[in-house]
Amino acid sequence: MKYSLSGDFDLQINSLHTLNHLFTTMLENAKVRELDKVVVRFSGDSGDGMQLAGNIFTNVSAGLGNLVSTFPDYPAEIRAPQGSLSGVSGFQVSVGTGVHTPGDSCDVLIAMNPAALKQNYRFLKPGGVIIVDIDSFKEGDLRKALFETDKPFEELGIKAQVVEVPVTSMTRAALADSGLDNKSVLKCRNIFALGLVCWLFDRPMEAALRHLRNKFAKKPAIYEANALVLQAGYNYGNNIHASVSTYRIDTENPRPGVYTDINGNTATAWGLIMASEKCGRPLFLGSYPITPATDILHELAKRKDLGVKAIQMEDEIAGVCSAIGASFAGNLAVTSTSGPGLALKSEGIGLAVIAELPLVVIDVQRGGPSTGLPTKTEQTDLMQALYGRNGESPLAVVAPASPTDCFTMAFEACRIAVEHMTPVILLSDAFIGNGSSAWRVPDADEFPEIKTPYVPAGTEGWRPYDRNAETLARYWAIPGTEGLAHRLGGLEKDATTGSISTDPANHEKMVKLRREKIARIAYDIPALEVIGREDAETLLVGWGGTYGHIRTASEELCREGEKVAMAQFRYINPLPANTGEVLRKYKKVIVAELNTGMFADYLQAKFPEVKIERINKIQGQPFQVSELKERTKEIING
Amino acid sequence: MTQETQAQFTPANFKSDQSVRWCPGCGDHAILNTLHKAMSTLGVAPHKTAVISGIGCSSRLPYYMNTYGFHTIHGRAAAIATGFKVANPEMTVWQISGDGDGLAIGGNHFIHAVRRNIDINIILFNNKIYGLTKGQYSPTSDRGFVSKSSPYGTVEDPFIPAELVFGARGNFFARSIDVELATSQEVLVAAARHKGTAVTEILQNCVIFNNGIHNPITDKEVRADKTIHLRHGEKMIFGKNGDKGLVQDGFLLKAVTIGEDGYTLDDVLVHDAHTPSNFLHQQLAMMDGKELPLAVGVIRDVEAPTYDQAVAEQVAEVKGRKNFGSLREMILAGETWEVK
Repeated sequence: MKYSLSGDFDLQINSLHTLNHLFTTMLENAKVRELDKVVVRFSGDSGDGMQLAGNIFTNVSAGLGNLVSTFPDYPAEIRAPQGSLSGVSGFQVSVGTGVHTPGDSCDVLIAMNPAALKQNYRFLKPGGVIIVDIDSFKEGDLRKALFETDKPFEELGIKAQVVEVPVTSMTRAALADSGLDNKSVLKCRNIFALGLVCWLFDRPMEAALRHLRNKFAKKPAIYEANALVLQAGYNYGNNIHASVSTYRIDTENPRPGVYTDINGNTATAWGLIMASEKCGRPLFLGSYPITPATDILHELAKRKDLGVKAIQMEDEIAGVCSAIGASFAGNLAVTSTSGPGLALKSEGIGLAVIAELPLVVIDVQRGGPSTGLPTKTEQTDLMQALYGRNGESPLAVVAPASPTDCFTMAFEACRIAVEHMTPVILLSDAFIGNGSSAWRVPDADEFPEIKTPYVPAGTEGWRPYDRNAETLARYWAIPGTEGLAHRLGGLEKDATTGSISTDPANHEKMVKLRREKIARIAYDIPALEVIGREDAETLLVGWGGTYGHIRTASEELCREGEKVAMAQFRYINPLPANTGEVLRKYKKVIVAELNTGMFADYLQAKFPEVKIERINKIQGQPFQVSELKERTKEIING
Repeated sequence: MTQETQAQFTPANFKSDQSVRWCPGCGDHAILNTLHKAMSTLGVAPHKTAVISGIGCSSRLPYYMNTYGFHTIHGRAAAIATGFKVANPEMTVWQISGDGDGLAIGGNHFIHAVRRNIDINIILFNNKIYGLTKGQYSPTSDRGFVSKSSPYGTVEDPFIPAELVFGARGNFFARSIDVELATSQEVLVAAARHKGTAVTEILQNCVIFNNGIHNPITDKEVRADKTIHLRHGEKMIFGKNGDKGLVQDGFLLKAVTIGEDGYTLDDVLVHDAHTPSNFLHQQLAMMDGKELPLAVGVIRDVEAPTYDQAVAEQVAEVKGRKNFGSLREMILAGETWEVK
């Protein structure tokens, strides 16, 4: 099994060299700082295009060979009142080496208005730089952001270097002859900021222009305007560089291959397509729009060019039910959703459990309960995924660890579903679903063929609940095949004949068979891998999308002399076969997760001999490396 | 369809080996037998046929078919059948639902299946009662209906299934009565031949919990006068003596006796099931056997693009245009950079 933590799962540029950050400055008393990564946070009104500016900066940096990790932090409201605190949209990106997370805090903060400043200044590192559009700091703007004085920086107690840039008026000036109306002109402000940041970090204009050209391929006039503004932003930086520090980031050679920038939801969609190619069954998605999972539906709807049938159904229940119908019909069937949708799909998933049909259910977790925090991240659907159905209803649960790992784990979810004839829940989350990284496009033969369990040719007297002796999986009889017509259903079936059965002993037998079938998947998944020092006494444990933060915290703790290692679970049910053996090696086992302790409880119940310590956060936000380190130290010393 | 292929199958080819477990006297037995017969005339092999049901007495039907079958969960048969048909359009797909399964818990899926015009044949067994849960009122029970869950009578109006079908812009609606075997077979064959969502309502008698609910219309003594068998291209004539007809009365329909009040055979309307306008179809389908006879037969049968074919065609069109051989080719055609 090849999906190891140290391989492609992480970011694919395996340079261990330290980047040579040249912190150049024209200021007197300049000092050169050695940073191993730089974090930039774009913030503005949700209509200001901060996500676009951030994305282009990320792609350009990734194209230069930097490791990248992004965190789009956007409000649930599509367009909250302009300039208001609730309408602030942010995009944080970390570029450099050893990048596993978008960073706890930023070196450079771009704030397009006072509200953005107020919501984001706390993310600035000591010694960081704030760039503001000073044209948007008029009295009215300050009032919308609930400032009480006309001195916003003093009011917030900001001591950092603030660069006041007239972004709006410079954008206007750049487009004075463009013929664009005022509204269209103002929409280009984000690209002025992008140009300035490109200058600050020495990003090549050509790459940024290429991204803009793609973005506005169908609107040449808008592209031309943005290209002008981008250059204007860059030139502005050049002209004022006497007063601002600039960073130049060099790169080392990453692992050879073809790279693209990918976010977790797109990676998930592509992993499903790869699985479809490897199992020889067409891909079907039945879905219903829900934040933050909808991008998976969007991407697969586009992929008609690869033969994907992605249909938007009338509700969440129809989403899963159409997928179950497609699975019975012989397709690789998937439904995608977030927590509230998973709740609605529960009965359907139970049907797939008893009918023993392959089905992949993707849950991009968000803050709950109920509608909760629709755009924020959490790991609070674990218990729902494991147990949220009536009856004894076991299924496989897997969880990708990073945006790029979504590809691998979506593939794995499909492989397990098909080879073991079971529903599989993939627990992604808003953080990795929206976050992006550079990803090496896998070679054609990098992923294995999926062994689709067709009814063996020439089988005489086949019955629908005949099983593979090793995996206990049923066989998949594809409708339309002569001689294999059969009836499935939600009623309990006789283990031998497949007819309806209410026999008490048979029911217990079937419950145990279904349970054992899932348990045996443990022999078909990779062992749990420990990363970190050999002599570690404390094991920091996570699952799913918290990998980057836990890995970084673990590495930093090691550097600081703590005897720490880390292990990230990507296979949740069943657990890797070596789990107990690994956990028992350590004096302290700490489970860090974005809920009140669901995975810790789960592990504790399975391994009562291991004392599980806990680090929990339920704020709709990812961990910060600093808080993980602090809590870990407290537990170690406690 | 040639005579040879039609002769390939007998009703027995579609019967499974399971013993049928509906109550003795239940209307479902007749519908099952008629379905076996209808299927045997279609030239579609059992292994090219799928029968998908929800939950309820009628939804046990797939177990009695020697086809691919799926007895699913309450109300969801239409959604499951939709996914099945989109995924495997070569199969002929039947959906079996009762009035509770199809119109209460499954109402949303029902109207959306009809709206999309997915090529499935929905047989709606309407007995105006929940049988499997032992006698509660259903969404087709008449106002005031007394049942275990409405001991003082219901205080809500029922759905008329046909009205939902037309409200969802359906293109095929037919009706029969469980005891009218020939009519049932005729409409089920027509439903199967129709491309798109075909809804066939069959008035079914629950012998245990709602015995005789359709009797005012279906009793042998009154049936000829209380029902009219519509056939495309034929005059709308009914009655024991075949002397009654339907005529246009302003925007409405009126039942007349031919030869009385100045009405002649020429005044009687000719049924056109294929006209795209559903105005008259809806009026015909809403006749309830009181002032106007309840219509059986194929009331509306209009060709329209089907969802499953449209999905398949769009996929083929986009696939042909882009011509990617694999996921990798698609990705490489996008924005990438190479590291050597």
